[in-house]
Parts: sequence; structure tokens; C-alpha cells
Amino acid sequence: MQQAMTKQSRRNWKKTLVDYSFVTPFMILFTLFTVLPVVVAILLSFTYFNMMEMPHVVWLENYINLFLNDSLFIKALQNTLIIAAITGPLGYVFSFVTAWVLNELPRGVRTVGTLVFYAPTLSGNMVAIWLMLFSGDANGYLNSFLMRLGMISNPIQFLRNPQYMLPVLVIIVLWSSLGAGFLSFVAGIQGVDRSLYEAASVDGITNRWQELWYITLPSMRPQQMFGAVMSITSSLGVGAVITQVFGFPSYDYTLHTIATHLDDFGGTRFEMGYACAIATILFGLMVGLNMIIKKWLARIGE
Amino acid sequence: MARAGKRHKRLNRSAGGTVLLIILTALFGVFMIVPIVYSISMSLKPLNELWTFPPKFFVENPTFKNYADLGRLMATSTVPFSRYVFNTVFISVVGTIGNVLISSMCAYGICKLKIKGSQTMFNMVVLALMFSGTVTAIPGFLVIRMLGWIDSLWAIIVPAFAAPLGLYLMKQFMEQMVPDVLLEAARIDGASEYRIFFRIVMVIVRPAWLTLMIFSFQGLWSLNSSIYIYSDELKTFNYALSQIMASGVSLQGAAAAASVVTLLVPVIVFIISQSNVVETMATSGMKE
Repeated sequence: MQQAMTKQSRRNWKKTLVDYSFVTPFMILFTLFTVLPVVVAILLSFTYFNMMEMPHVVWLENYINLFLNDSLFIKALQNTLIIAAITGPLGYVFSFVTAWVLNELPRGVRTVGTLVFYAPTLSGNMVAIWLMLFSGDANGYLNSFLMRLGMISNPIQFLRNPQYMLPVLVIIVLWSSLGAGFLSFVAGIQGVDRSLYEAASVDGITNRWQELWYITLPSMRPQQMFGAVMSITSSLGVGAVITQVFGFPSYDYTLHTIATHLDDFGGTRFEMGYACAIATILFGLMVGLNMIIKKWLARIGE
Repeated sequence: MARAGKRHKRLNRSAGGTVLLIILTALFGVFMIVPIVYSISMSLKPLNELWTFPPKFFVENPTFKNYADLGRLMATSTVPFSRYVFNTVFISVVGTIGNVLISSMCAYGICKLKIKGSQTMFNMVVLALMFSGTVTAIPGFLVIRMLGWIDSLWAIIVPAFAAPLGLYLMKQFMEQMVPDVLLEAARIDGASEYRIFFRIVMVIVRPAWLTLMIFSFQGLWSLNSSIYIYSDELKTFNYALSQIMASGVSLQGAAAAASVVTLLVPVIVFIISQSNVVETMATSGMKE
């Protein structure tokens, strides 16, 4: 009896061990490279830290300085929100409309179309081409094109004139915005139960626009949620592409964002405590906005 | 699932609407493809066409000279170019395999073995989808330094193993596509969990890991520079190409050729596994 018990418990113990061996590698790495860094970033945001000496606690000083003494941060915050407010929803709608329209087209066109629209995301690094297209001298393709059409007589400084910089950025961001969210939409639309459409037809739905509104959209709410998370996160984090195309700092800090401000203090000035305060604010913005939009999307369906 | 509607007749479709949509797609399609076509066209231009004024969009006398130039530049660089290629391939392949394997195993543990506390961890992974790596860059650097991986390719590869998107996609797919009954039957037959995982689960979720492979590979492949890498001989292929692009206007043609070359590999990988991607992403939805 005693022996049977130990055998039993040994087997349980072994099962537990095997079970945990499945999740442990990921858990350790995820903790090490994601969870721990978030916690450390928040803790360091309350310190002065320059990578050389031990950090010392300054409590809220970094945050106070950010909001009261750093006018560039306030500008970066505004720019980030403006850029996110434009590219987030536009990118989201663009992804969805593209996915939906592709699905309306014949199969072959759809396959090629998906590749055409996803290729920019695959391309990763097309900065050189954007620089050539938008180059500020008469050799820039867009400038020479407009000049040939007679629409302008002198080249426009697309990358240095504040009037054009934001639109140019929006174009570049939208161009590469059809990522995982877009693929999720493509799949979600194809996965809608066909019998729903047939039933709807019997119930008097007469065209594709009504189908879209009454059936397709409500059927793929989980994909919409996923797509929303993807586009909120990326639209608030726009930074590297700005530095690559517009340089750092962008002319007159026109396109200075939280992400580029963070790069400046973390990557160049080594004021790590301050940079971590910036990172913590960005973290709060991203997670907060995601939560709000999630709640809001969930309510729409009720 | 994705193919279910293949033979069904589409209802309520007006010809006018179809034409309108085709025009719309074509317009946006042109917007998407123009930079890529432009770079292909640039890469085929002979020297005199690169510098004609006004610049022309399409190449008139295509030549592969720029590719040959690129090849020569590669051959004469101080660090052998094969070294850059090796670094990129090594990072992409090892990072992708590790990411697929480790996320799949964890996804299995969460949704099929229902390990205690794993649901909480999954919620954290979903939360991690909501912020980008920018946020954790500084402490991430400290962690890598602590591990002694500064100036080592492992600094790029190992963190990629635990990218949150990987676990998320694998878990969603497994949950919806792998029937529990099947696993129960295998257990009764005496199969070990590892055997079940590799012989049954991974076979069923093939579309999912092929998709994850694309995401992972694409991200690692396009990696340019990294704050962890100093030594020239540990830099990536993309970094070397961007150096060529940055080395001045005289190499515009070679630069365009370089960007075409970088684009080629992920596009081929995507074409090969496109139908799997669609099947996988159908389960990617997020519940509120």
C-alpha cells in the first residue's frame, strides 16, 4: 500500500516535471527579456543613472523635469499623439479595406494582390528609395516629376519643410503599415461562415455593402481587436523611420516623437534614468490606449 | 476552412461595384508597388541614365552592371562579404527555429496541458503585444550585458526566441485546431507528451509554425544594426548593404541593387507559405 502510494506520487511528480519542461524555456526567456526589463525600466525611472555609477534615487524628479522643464518632450508628446491619431486609424482602415476588397476579387487577383500589398512590410528597409523619391533637389524623383508637369517651378524641400514633413511621414508609415493585422483581416474575412451570407440574402440583404456592414464586420470582431492592438502599438512607437528618413533631429524638431526623444537620452546622452522615465510614459500610453480601445470595441458590439 | 467558400456562387454582386473595387485596388496597389518598382528600375539603369536630368522613372537600356558593381564591392570589402551573409543566415535560421520550437512547446503547455499559472502568463504575453521593444531597450541592454552577450550574436538570437507574437499565434491556433480527444487517445495508447507534441500536435499546427516562421525570419533577416554588436565581422548583411547605400551618390545604382537583393528572400519565403499564413491568421483573433 505504502509502496503503491510512492509509485503513484512518483508518477505524478514525473508528469509535473514533463509538463513544466514545455513551458519553462519560454517563461524564463520571456521573464528575462520582457517582464524584467519593464519592471527595471519603471524602477530606474525614479533614479539618476548614467551606466557608470550605481543609480541613485531621485523619486519623481525625472517626471517633474519631463513635464515642467523639457519643452522638447512636450513637443514630442504632442507629435506622437498627432502621428498616432493620423496613422493609427488610417492604417487600420486601410488594412481592413484592402483585405476586404481583395476578398471581393477573383482568387488569382487576390493572391497576387495580397503579395503586392504585403511586400512593403516584407521589404523592411526601403529608406534609400524614399530618400531618392523625396529628395529635396531637382534630381529627386517627385520634384522632377512635379516640375515637368509645371506644377512647381522650384524643388520642394520635402524632408526639411515642416509643411510637407508630416504628410511625407504619413505616406511612408501607411505604406509599410499592413503587417500582421492586415494578414489577420485577410484570413478573418475568408473565414466568415458562408451560410451566413446565404441566410442574409434570403432575409433581404441586396448588395455587398450591406453584407459588409451587417455580416462581415460583426463576424470578425476578434480579428479587429487583434488588428487594433497591432496598429495602436506601432503607431505610438513611430521613431526609427523618422531618424532614418528625416535625420536626427528632424528639421526644427518638426517630427520629434517620444521614441526619438527616448533614443536621444538613452542612446546618445546616457541619461538612463531620464530615458527610463520617457520609456515608462510611452509604456503607459501604449498599454493605456490599448485598454481603452479594447473596452470601446467590445462595447460597440453589444 | 479558408477554402470552404471556393465553389460557392457569390450572391448580390453588382458589376458596377466590382469595377469600382478593381479601380480602387489598382490605385492603392500602384501606391504600394511604386517604391519597389522604382528601386528595381533604378537597379537596372546604366550610369548615364542614373544621372539624366530630369530623372526618368523607368529604365530604358536595362543592364545588370549595378549588380556586378555590388558584387565587386562585396568582393573588395575588408571583412569578407560571405561573413556578413553567414551572420544574417545564422541569426535568421537559429532565431527562427528557436522561436518556433520554444513558443510551440509553451503554447502546448498552456492550452493542452493546462499547466497551473500558465493562463496568467498568457495574459502577460497578450499585454506584451501592446507595447514595443523601444520601451524595454535600456534594461534589455543591461540584461544582455549581465549575461556577457555584448558583441555576440546570441544577444540578438536568444531574445528572439521568446517574442510574444509567436506564443500568441501558436496558442490561438492550437486551441482552435487541435482536438483534445485526439490527444487523450494518444495518451491512453501510452504515448509520452513529447511524442504527442512532435508527432501529432506539430503536424496539425504546421500552417501556424510556417506562418510564425515567416514573421520571425522576416524580422531577423531585415535586422540592420544592433546596439549589442560592435565588431565589424559580426555585423549583418543588411548592415553591410546599408553602408554601401550610405557611401554616397556615386553608388546609387549599386544601392538600389542592394535593396532589391534584400527584398528578394523574404518575398520568396512569403510566396511559398502564403496559404498557410491565411489559415493561421484566421485564428489570430483576440477575445475581449
